This record gives sequence, C-alpha cells and structure tokens, in this order.
Amino acid sequence: MTAAIDVQGVEKRYGSFVALDGVSLTIAEGEFFALLGPNGAGKTTLISALAGLTRASAGTLSVMGHDVVSDYRAARRALGIVPQEIVFDPFFSVRETLRFQAGYFGLARSTALDRWIDELLAKLSLSDKADLNMRQLSGGMKRRVLVAQALVHRPPVIVLDEPTAGVDVELRQTLWAFIRELNAAGHTILLTTHYLEEAQQLCSRIAMMKLGKIVALDTTDHLLNAFSERVLRVKLDGELPATQVALRTRLTGAWHHFAIHDLAEVETRLAALREAGARITSMEVAEPDLEEVFVNVMNK
Amino acid sequence: MIGFQTLLLKEVLRFWKVGFQTVAAPVLTALLYLFIFSHVMSGSNAAFPGVTYEQFLVPGLAMMSMLQNAFANTSSSLIQSKITGNILFILLPPLSHWNFYGAYLIAAVVRALAVGLGVFLVGIFVAHVPVHSVVWIVVFALLGSALLAALGLIAGLWADKFDQLAAFQNFIIMPLTFLSGVFYSIRSLPEFWQGLSHLNPFFYMIDGFRYGFFGKSDVSVWLSFGVTAGAFFCLSAVTLYLLKSGYKLRQ
Repeated sequence: MTAAIDVQGVEKRYGSFVALDGVSLTIAEGEFFALLGPNGAGKTTLISALAGLTRASAGTLSVMGHDVVSDYRAARRALGIVPQEIVFDPFFSVRETLRFQAGYFGLARSTALDRWIDELLAKLSLSDKADLNMRQLSGGMKRRVLVAQALVHRPPVIVLDEPTAGVDVELRQTLWAFIRELNAAGHTILLTTHYLEEAQQLCSRIAMMKLGKIVALDTTDHLLNAFSERVLRVKLDGELPATQVALRTRLTGAWHHFAIHDLAEVETRLAALREAGARITSMEVAEPDLEEVFVNVMNK
Repeated sequence: MIGFQTLLLKEVLRFWKVGFQTVAAPVLTALLYLFIFSHVMSGSNAAFPGVTYEQFLVPGLAMMSMLQNAFANTSSSLIQSKITGNILFILLPPLSHWNFYGAYLIAAVVRALAVGLGVFLVGIFVAHVPVHSVVWIVVFALLGSALLAALGLIAGLWADKFDQLAAFQNFIIMPLTFLSGVFYSIRSLPEFWQGLSHLNPFFYMIDGFRYGFFGKSDVSVWLSFGVTAGAFFCLSAVTLYLLKSGYKLRQ
C-alpha cells in the first residue's frame, strides 16, 4: 500500500539554524495523524516542505507516492492544506474564491463542481455567506473558508495546521464532525494543534517534535500508556500526613496527586490516607491525558 | 491549461473590479496631460512635417500610459499577494512557472490595452490622429506592455515592501517614460541628450508605436522593434528563471 505521506531524512537549515534535523515519518492512507510540538519545533516547516513552499536541504518527501520536487504537480494535486495564518483575497467573494481555487487545481467550472462547493459551504455553515466579499467575514468564518479551499479539489491527503485556532466551540464541533466524515470516507488527515484533547480524541497516531526532531512517534494509546497514568487527586482538610508524602506524585494547588494503576486501587489508596489521619474533603480520578504525555515527552 | 486560464481570469477580474482606479484614472491623467501640454505647446513645431503637436502627443501619451499600467498591474498584484499572504493560494496548486508568468503577463497586457485604447479614444477628440500601420501599432502595444509587465513581475518578486516597489516605480519607471520622447521629439534635444536618449529602451517603444500612426519616426522602426523585442525576451528569461527558482516565493 502506498504511504499517504512519506518523509525520509528531511533536513532544513537556514544558515546555522537547523529547523528540521533528519525527520523521517510515514503516514498510511486513511490515518488520522497528529503532529504535535511546541512553537518552533518544526511542524510548520515540515508541512511547508510537503507543500513545496520550502525546499528541504536534504532528504525526500512524497505525497501518495509522488515526490514533492520531481513530481510536484501530482504531489500537490493529492494534497489539501489549511494554513495556520488567516489569509484571503480581498477582491473576491467566498464562492469566487472557491471556484478560483478549484480552477488552479485544474477543475473546470461545472454543475458538479458547483454542487460540491455548495456542499462544502453547507458543511462548514457558510451557505449564507457564499456571495459576501471575504473582507466581510469574521476571523472564524475566514478560517472555515480556508478549510473549504483546501478541500475543494477533493485531495486524498488533508493537512490541517492549527485549524481551530479562533473558531468557537460549536463550529469547532461542526468542523471536526466533517473532518471525521472525510477520514471515514478514506481521506488521510494530518493535524497540528495546540488543543491536545482534540488530538487525543481524533487521532490514532501521534508524532511529537522538538527542536526539529521527532522525539515520540506511536499510537495514541501506546503514548498514553507509556507517558501518562491514571491519577487519584484528593483535597484535604489540613496537611498531608508525613507518611504519605513520599507516595504523592504531584501537588497542583490544593490537589494531591497519587498514581494508580487501576480503579480497584482507588479504595486502597483512600483507606491508606484515612488510616494515616488525612481528612478527605474532595476527590476525583483522572484518566491518562495527552497533555501529561506531552509535558513528559518534552521534558525528557 | 485550466489552472492557467483560472489564474488569468482572476488577474483580469482583480483589476477590472477596481476599474475606476486601474483604467479610468490613468485615462483621466493622460487626458489632463493632453489638455495642458497641447494648450501650452500649441503652435510649436512637432517633430515631423505635417504633424501638429497635438497629433504628435496622443500616441506617445497612450503608449506611456500603457507602459506604466502594465508595470503597475503585475508589480502591485504580486506585492499585495506577498504582503497579505494570499500568494499561498497560487503557490499550493500545481501551477508551473510558465502558467504563473503567462497569466500575470497577459492580464497586465489586457489592462494596458484597455488604458491605451481609452487614452486614444479621448485623444482623438482633441486631435485627429492618422493610422499608417495597424500592424506596427499592435506589435509595439503588445511588446511594450509585455516588456513592462515582465519588469513589473521582477520588481514585485524582488520588493519586500510597498516602499521598495514605489522607489522602483518613481526612480526608474517614471523617469525613463517621461524622458523617452513622449512630449517631444528627441531631435529637438542637444546632441549629448539625443545620444543619451538612445540608451533608453522606452524611447524605442514610443518611437516605434508612433511610427504606426505617422509612418515617420526618429529612428528606424526595425531598430525600435529589435530593441523592444530583445529587451522583452531578456526580461522574460530573467522573470522565468526567478519564478522557476522560487525567488522570494519559496524558501
């Protein structure tokens, strides 16, 4: 099976600064994949190299088996990119913008194209804005137009670079429902986001980048198991008894954290605390989360 | 081909949607030049026997307007797209450097021809201008506009901010167009300045274009054609090289 995205030994240097330092990554067709990392980790540079906006100093990149340099036309046709920055052409309406974008990818005006544009607009709650000039849209609407622009040529691989920044909760849900639908229909999705809970919910595999390198690459479940654990958090009336301090994994505000391996351990831990003289006023059990994985991986 | 056609249509609509600014305003400016200069210079000797100053002025003004607007179209479109970031929309699709070059260039020529036709139409109300050779008129209109469109692409690629582009326009394009014999025949200049004018490629575009109307020119029309065509091919080669290399577009 052809990889949807194949990145091998990619380096990008700007003078002495190394933005990408030997990145290798393969994303299979149909995957919902997250690329995470702090600002400046190299995520956007990697996406730019895939899109042909940046030329890699070394290594190869391909989209659906097409090299992004030697077979750039086929590679770009296979790729739809939602950029991080909100950009728009102030001369045109939403519909004109989408028709032009489809045309740049070689799609002639047709009733089928117009139907697809109408469908995209409906899915992204933009139907009533179709004939408005781009300048008249809010930031969130402009971002949704960028999503529509990335999808208008029906690319098999879709890259979303921070697609939900500045989009309100309701529309974010609408957007994710649509992207999930596309993924279910076979589209490969590569997502970068700072909303880690979105990546955790949506993506089956995750790569984490730091200083131009991939520092973690695994399935979401494996990463959660390897770098995060179920935690019992308790609030106490008074201090934590001295005998229990060594067992505490973390203290955030008034919450004392204790690692537990399964739910059966909750009662044992609570009993031990009571026995030691602690008076529990509040408690909660937190499941493993990607934020903890992220913090642990980045601090490794 | 559809990608190229779409980009061309987008570029034509881009200036057409602001037609007052991009077509009507240059025509009005040329008309003002025509009224003022023809009033001040009325009765003075034109370059060629049997040609009044007003007649002499109309083709020169039309060509000057075409050249300036062809340059303005490509350069302003490109720098606006670069600065606002929407250049991304044409960098992501599978458009080749030839598509890019062709669409921007032809759109600029379309705008230049619209402006040139507008200036000519208002000009003939002021002075009757004969037509000696439609072929030469069309050849110089197309070649001159295309040459400046290519130069505008180079300037638009090179400039990182509007200020740099304005400097290019005000310190290179404007002096070269104004000193190219639009308002006078270079034969009326002292020998030194005549020699200097022959180094100005804009002079050949204006002189050749004017030949198409009067059948008379300061230098051979073939020399003007050779210089204009040569300059166009050289600038086109540079433009295509820059576009292919991704100069200031792709890192």
